[in-house]
Amino acid sequence: MPTDFILSQTDGRPMYLQIMEQIKSRISVGDWPSGKKIPSIRELAAATKVSVITVKRAYQELESEGVIVTQHGKGSFIAETGNLSTKLKEQEMDKHLQQAIEIARSLGLSVTDLQKRLSDLSGSKSSQSSEEK
Amino acid sequence: MSEYAFEMQGVEKSYQHFQLSNLDLKLQKGTIMGFIGPNGAGKSTTIRILMGLIQQDSGNVDVLGKSMPLEQVEAKWGIGYASEDMRLYEKGTIQWHMDFVKSIFPAWDDNYAKTLLKRFDLIPQQKIKGLSHGQRVKAGLLMVLAKKPKLLILDEPTTGLDPVARHEVLNELMDVMLDDDRSILFSSHNTQDVEQLSDLITFIDKGKIIESKDKESFLQSWRRIRMNLAQGATLAKLQGVVEQRQVGRQIIVTANGFTDEMADTYKKCGAEITAVENMTLEEIFVSEVLSSRQSSNSNLNRQGA
Repeated sequence: MPTDFILSQTDGRPMYLQIMEQIKSRISVGDWPSGKKIPSIRELAAATKVSVITVKRAYQELESEGVIVTQHGKGSFIAETGNLSTKLKEQEMDKHLQQAIEIARSLGLSVTDLQKRLSDLSGSKSSQSSEEK
Repeated sequence: MSEYAFEMQGVEKSYQHFQLSNLDLKLQKGTIMGFIGPNGAGKSTTIRILMGLIQQDSGNVDVLGKSMPLEQVEAKWGIGYASEDMRLYEKGTIQWHMDFVKSIFPAWDDNYAKTLLKRFDLIPQQKIKGLSHGQRVKAGLLMVLAKKPKLLILDEPTTGLDPVARHEVLNELMDVMLDDDRSILFSSHNTQDVEQLSDLITFIDKGKIIESKDKESFLQSWRRIRMNLAQGATLAKLQGVVEQRQVGRQIIVTANGFTDEMADTYKKCGAEITAVENMTLEEIFVSEVLSSRQSSNSNLNRQGA
């Protein structure tokens, strides 16, 4: 089973988040399809040299997000949810938007201001491309 | 069978200049505990008591279901112990040592020993005399690992190892954890090793356990908060704050058990929070030790007054 996860020591984020993200990215690129059995917590811990409890935490969070399902005694599997990879990409996008909202707040901009900016930005891009034509 | 690999309860040990007081410590099977403390904190004393090498003045010690030091002979079949100052015979080869340990421990795994020789890059025909420090440490660990102990007790296993050797050793430790019946206690002052591998973390200082809990809760509860304070405003004193440093209008607070409510209180005081940062285990360790020493000092002062 390919478990060549590479985790970063200098990445400021906690290890469990890094593990979650690597699993999600494998799902979104299609390497780990729905229903696929994923490594057990201990297998992944041994492969990544990260403590069992950290991998357990990552799996628990992924489970509560509905990304994986764990069947007692059988192991963990990628959830059979339809278009999981699309959902994960949407989540990723929401995360960036959330960050944009926070920066907007620190600049004293309202969500409406932000929406206007967003449509201006995408509008200016499409007008640019139409000019090029 | 007990769910713990070992259990220490109310353990005391007094020396002329050092005292281990009311020590409670237990390790669940299938987990790794990192045991961290400054020099002279009592790490090795604790480990020696666990091994039955010294006897506690009072308190109960159970290792693999055997009472220590009374049943230490039985317990030791299942324990693998390696420490920094463990010596191998200078004139013996690695192979001689392997044969020797094998002759005593029936659980010795020849295939695993061969694998370890390769992974640790050791030559069986080589005499101990000619080995470097790193090679000696790895040879010592090989003798311990190949007898497949249920409980591994390692006193500073990575001290003095180069990065490659350290990596090899840590890899082997994690492979032990594939078996959920085996457990590891390892002491270290290298918090980076401990942070990565351990399920449980125990901090010890001046003969007392300061804190012992699972690593994720440690990392979850400690935060460093950076704030800018409005002119003339003062920050409320909140519980859990271990350190508060102010430079001009910038304030850095180190807190254990930081919550959103605390953030709200700070905002009401006129502070703008610019960052809430995670802390490394090393930073948490230093904060824990300092705050524990502060509180014991203030207790002393109160007693004095």
